[in-house]
Amino acid sequence: MSTASVEKAAELRQSKRPRFSLGNPWSKPRFLVGFTWIYVLWSLLPVLLAIRFAFNEGRSRTALQGWSTKWFFGDSNFSVFGDPTLQDALTHSLVLAGIAMLIATPLGIMLAIGLQRWRGRGSGPANVVALLPLVTPELVFAVGLFLLFTTVLASIGLGTTAQAIGHVTFSMSFVVVIVRGRLVTIGPDVEEAAADLGAPPLAVIWRVLLPLLAPAIAASLLIVFALSIDDFVVSQYLASGSDTTTVPMRIYAQARAAPTPALNALATLMLAFTLIALGLAYVVFRFLSRGEKGGSAIEQIASIDSGGGR
Amino acid sequence: MTNRRIWGFFAAPGMGWLLVFFVVAFYAVVSVGFGNVNTLYQPIPYWNPLDWNFGYMIEAIQSVLPGGQTWPVVVRTAIYIGAAITLSLLIGYPVAYYASRHAGRWRGLVVVLLILPFWISYIMRMYAWTNLLAPDGYGSKLLSALSIDSLLSSVGLLDGTDWLGGQGITVILALVYGYVPFMILPLFASLDRIDQRVIEAARDLGAPPESAFRRVILPLSKPGILAGLVLVALPMAGDYYTQTLMSASPATSMIGNTINDYIQGGPEKPLGAAMTMLLSAVLLMFMLYYLRTLRREQGEVAA
Repeated sequence: MSTASVEKAAELRQSKRPRFSLGNPWSKPRFLVGFTWIYVLWSLLPVLLAIRFAFNEGRSRTALQGWSTKWFFGDSNFSVFGDPTLQDALTHSLVLAGIAMLIATPLGIMLAIGLQRWRGRGSGPANVVALLPLVTPELVFAVGLFLLFTTVLASIGLGTTAQAIGHVTFSMSFVVVIVRGRLVTIGPDVEEAAADLGAPPLAVIWRVLLPLLAPAIAASLLIVFALSIDDFVVSQYLASGSDTTTVPMRIYAQARAAPTPALNALATLMLAFTLIALGLAYVVFRFLSRGEKGGSAIEQIASIDSGGGR
Repeated sequence: MTNRRIWGFFAAPGMGWLLVFFVVAFYAVVSVGFGNVNTLYQPIPYWNPLDWNFGYMIEAIQSVLPGGQTWPVVVRTAIYIGAAITLSLLIGYPVAYYASRHAGRWRGLVVVLLILPFWISYIMRMYAWTNLLAPDGYGSKLLSALSIDSLLSSVGLLDGTDWLGGQGITVILALVYGYVPFMILPLFASLDRIDQRVIEAARDLGAPPESAFRRVILPLSKPGILAGLVLVALPMAGDYYTQTLMSASPATSMIGNTINDYIQGGPEKPLGAAMTMLLSAVLLMFMLYYLRTLRREQGEVAA
């Protein structure tokens, strides 16, 4: 073997060598690319298959059997729109999410504005209380509300009202985080200008601050909706019977007790509602904050849900 | 500002709501845990600390200490959470690293795909796996075709081939699947903040890639790692539904299941309340740690 060919082989080996280069900012990180896409596949494929089973022609949720929409509305006994328990769960989830959205958002906005400006005594603990629900394990939170509504607030009792109160309580903190983030971006300049020009404080809030907060308000509304519709623990602890069953509760109850693809269809519908809400939030957020600099709207909405697993 | 007090009024409704339904609700746990039961085994809370009955708390503490009835559950919970957060970090770090520093023009898409699981109901994501891991499911078949089930059986991590039949490893992997997106987000945020020039400087000064990673990137991403570990460990500590869906066997039950059984199942609600208090006491440190990092980040944005 000539020296030239040995050199050539060495050179070839050099260039073909897979470079695991976490620290080299210029080379292509093949390992990371592969790893990430395998992760994405692993994280989403099971859900996509669960959605696919909802469109099964047969009864199986473990094997593909043709295409049909009968589990959504075709079958008169077992489909989502044929089985009253499934239909009620969907309605109840949507009603709860609607109520939570309409109460948590205004309360959260006011709380965020108040906390951002309030610098007196007690503002430190108030800040902690406003954020603590984000990190409290849902079980602790749910046990607390359950015992509250079965003892001192037994007059309210368990049921839809208690569930709505629970959803408002945990989602309000998310609104506070979103709105405060926006308040920081806006800064005090515009408000100070309005005040200097003689606007009374309430007019400053109503005519200057709220319009500027519009993207955050839109994002809050729809994110509360999504959080509420996905919630399981609080809904379960505060439920009082079959008419207060939500979609996640129905899935949980039937998952291991001979479910049909109708359960997949129910889950698919719920996911569709969540994604529509998010899509709307994104579009509205983009529209209302158009022309501004800063991170992309996707990443801003993305960074919001940093709370526990719900 | 002349009207400083007005901001207090703004915060009042939301604050009042949280005081009643969060602070008082937690005090209800305390009162029931230090309370008693009536003849129908319904809890009677003792709201006045002077009346407190410490019997249930003592029983709960004895139960969770070595030799107690719940001790094995405590150990199992610690092992499951330890394994699950370690795996979550090992999976989450490379993914977050790629997404934050190397994704280039794919970055928007990658970020969306990484966030998507957040918005899919946790219960639905678990339900998807019960479809796949059923004995005739595609997941079971794939794992069997790759001989992964027999491999795990031979090292004693899997008992038989029924993934949903009370297997600890299924519960751990399900926890990883459920919570790893929550790990990726803080890692992404902290890796994203590292200045590219710092890494370039390390390389220019002769650091090989591995040591640039170990001595520059890893230390700089440490806050993100810690925040991520805490963020996924907290909900896992209160999780009972993953276990129920993926195993439902008492042999794999976690502390969340114990509390859930006491509170929702039986006549021993005060004992459940006492255990909830113990769990909260253990987790409080971690919760406050995470809140501090969260607030520091918000402070940075403000500056």
